[in-house]
Amino acid sequence: MIAAILSLTILGAALGLILGIAGRFLAVESNPFVDEVEALLPGTNCGQCGFPGCSGAAAAIAAGSAPASCCPPGGKTTAVAIAEKMGLALDLAAVADTGPKLATIAEDLCIGCCRCIKNCPTDAILGAPKQIHNVLKEACTGCSACIDHCPTEALVMQPVPITLQHWVMPKPLAA
Amino acid sequence: MGLMEKLFGRDWGIHPDDHKRPAADAVTRTMPVPERLFVSLSQHLGAPARPVVLVGQKVRKGERLADPQGAVSAAIHAPTSGTITAIGEIPAPHPSGLPVLAITLEADGLDAWADLEGLNDPFLLPPAEISKKVAEAGVVGLGGATFPAALKLSLSEKAKVTTLVMNGGECEPYLSCDDRLMRDSAAAIVDGIGLMLHATGATQALVGIEDNKPEAIAAMQQAAAAQPHIRICPVPARYPMGSEKQLVQELTGHEIPADGRPGDVGVVVHNVGTAWAVHQAIRFGRPLVARLITVNGGCVAQPGNIMVPLGTLVEEVLAFAGGLNSAPARLVMGGPMMGMSLPQARVPVVKGSSGILALSAAEVAERTEEPCIRCATCVGACPMGLLPLDMARHIQANDLKGAVKTGLKDCIACGCCAYVCPAHIPLVQYFSHAKGELSAQEREKLRQESNRKLAQSRAQRLEREAREKAEAAARRKAERAAQAAATPESQAPSNLPAPQGATA
Repeated sequence: MIAAILSLTILGAALGLILGIAGRFLAVESNPFVDEVEALLPGTNCGQCGFPGCSGAAAAIAAGSAPASCCPPGGKTTAVAIAEKMGLALDLAAVADTGPKLATIAEDLCIGCCRCIKNCPTDAILGAPKQIHNVLKEACTGCSACIDHCPTEALVMQPVPITLQHWVMPKPLAA
Repeated sequence: MGLMEKLFGRDWGIHPDDHKRPAADAVTRTMPVPERLFVSLSQHLGAPARPVVLVGQKVRKGERLADPQGAVSAAIHAPTSGTITAIGEIPAPHPSGLPVLAITLEADGLDAWADLEGLNDPFLLPPAEISKKVAEAGVVGLGGATFPAALKLSLSEKAKVTTLVMNGGECEPYLSCDDRLMRDSAAAIVDGIGLMLHATGATQALVGIEDNKPEAIAAMQQAAAAQPHIRICPVPARYPMGSEKQLVQELTGHEIPADGRPGDVGVVVHNVGTAWAVHQAIRFGRPLVARLITVNGGCVAQPGNIMVPLGTLVEEVLAFAGGLNSAPARLVMGGPMMGMSLPQARVPVVKGSSGILALSAAEVAERTEEPCIRCATCVGACPMGLLPLDMARHIQANDLKGAVKTGLKDCIACGCCAYVCPAHIPLVQYFSHAKGELSAQEREKLRQESNRKLAQSRAQRLEREAREKAEAAARRKAERAAQAAATPESQAPSNLPAPQGATA
């Protein structure tokens, strides 16, 4: 009995030590780019890029298998930031950035099924069963993760209206 | 040139034809209250005010229509007595023509003031009381930037400024409302300056007035003769002398650091019009409900200065001024250099409207743009010592970072560069565009950060809910077990085997 406990303890300690040393010396270095690129992405894990969440997309971008412009809700700003971080040339024309969008709910179509609420990555939809839902404009990131879950097509993505506070003077046309 | 620069300083700025007379010499008129006023809720820098009146409510002149909301904002008051008929969107006095929320007030024709009370002896009160009363009156900077005046007063009191610089420069061509106000109400302005000195704790006031306004200088000197700590300082006429940074340097010799404020050199700058509004607010308790506006330009039949109730439509002001000789090529609110081109005349006058200009085609002089020959005329004209030609090249190539590195953030958008450019390149328009782009990017960054926080808090919520569910399930299980132990035979769960496939 004691011999068995002793031998197993020694075995465990020795193997643990070896593993510890191996872990220190043979560590697989994670690409620091992945973390940095992930920090630039929206972090909502909406999945529109086709990768499992923002960390998956960051890994793919860092590995070069996805373009810097693969994040639709991030738009042009994110694409430019990532391209700068990676030192890539970016073809802005390829970025399908139609401007920021917001999800809106047509109140006459909403049946209060709560399906969109469960799929919103930022808890931006407000509602209860059989009550008309509404989107909190301040919290909606425009990722359109909710759109496909609406059984009555009450959810539509609409461009963010331009207000006096957001208006930008147009660039003069070059001669 | 080197020796000349050493002797006389750098020859910054421009000397455009000022077009101030005959409008400046015409007697000030007061416009009667129109039938309907459109009081915009965004008449100041910062967040729009929040309405506190209801449709159908009767108000008297000077009663509060909207409360300030947020840190930087200002209250808004009824410009006349009457009934609120609507609170909704109207076209804003803005080049974009976008809508703005406004309160529509139908005048009852009585123009009856509410019961207002001024302070009897304001100099016995603590400075904070003065700022409070100024805030209650909704006074904003009347030079054009419309920064809430009370906030500036209390901030400068905290920053322990020593000098109050009063801006009577009015360097923009065509405009003469400050000039006229100084000629007509010099005593009121000097009293306002005294009150502002008390509110800020500054020990002296320097009133900078361009030397092309000798009548205003004389009137102000006479009014301030008994007060040695208020000095009237004529400054050479040159555009943009009325810019905060340039005027402070001219009067005190201190240069405001890049991305700094006048407070950094112990100075606070206010417009002379603001001093008049402060005088009205403190002595009579009257909120800012009307302002002096210059109506000028080649198409105006009788140019001059008019006291206009806020919320009056631009077209009504133009009609009162005597109408137009011909259709204007461009309608401008503010000065011709930094004002806003208006797409239409059915927009209301706001607290920051210093002028309404109906410019003729000859005055506008649309010119075709030619390539830059790098003559550096713009470099010589730039009052901030920047390189407009290089900044514009960066912006043309969408390189905002490069433009910022070349000094975009120090640009005051005075328009000297575009004015002098022999190739007619719209330089200042590039800078306005780039500044707007930069702030849009800044907003986008803030949004992304808040998105990330929201996503994280959702993840935390889901985790918490799962944990609570598991805990509740465990609790229920324990309760059932306890129950089963208490009544072993009668209510024990049946020992049937679990159905196939329903593994735990």
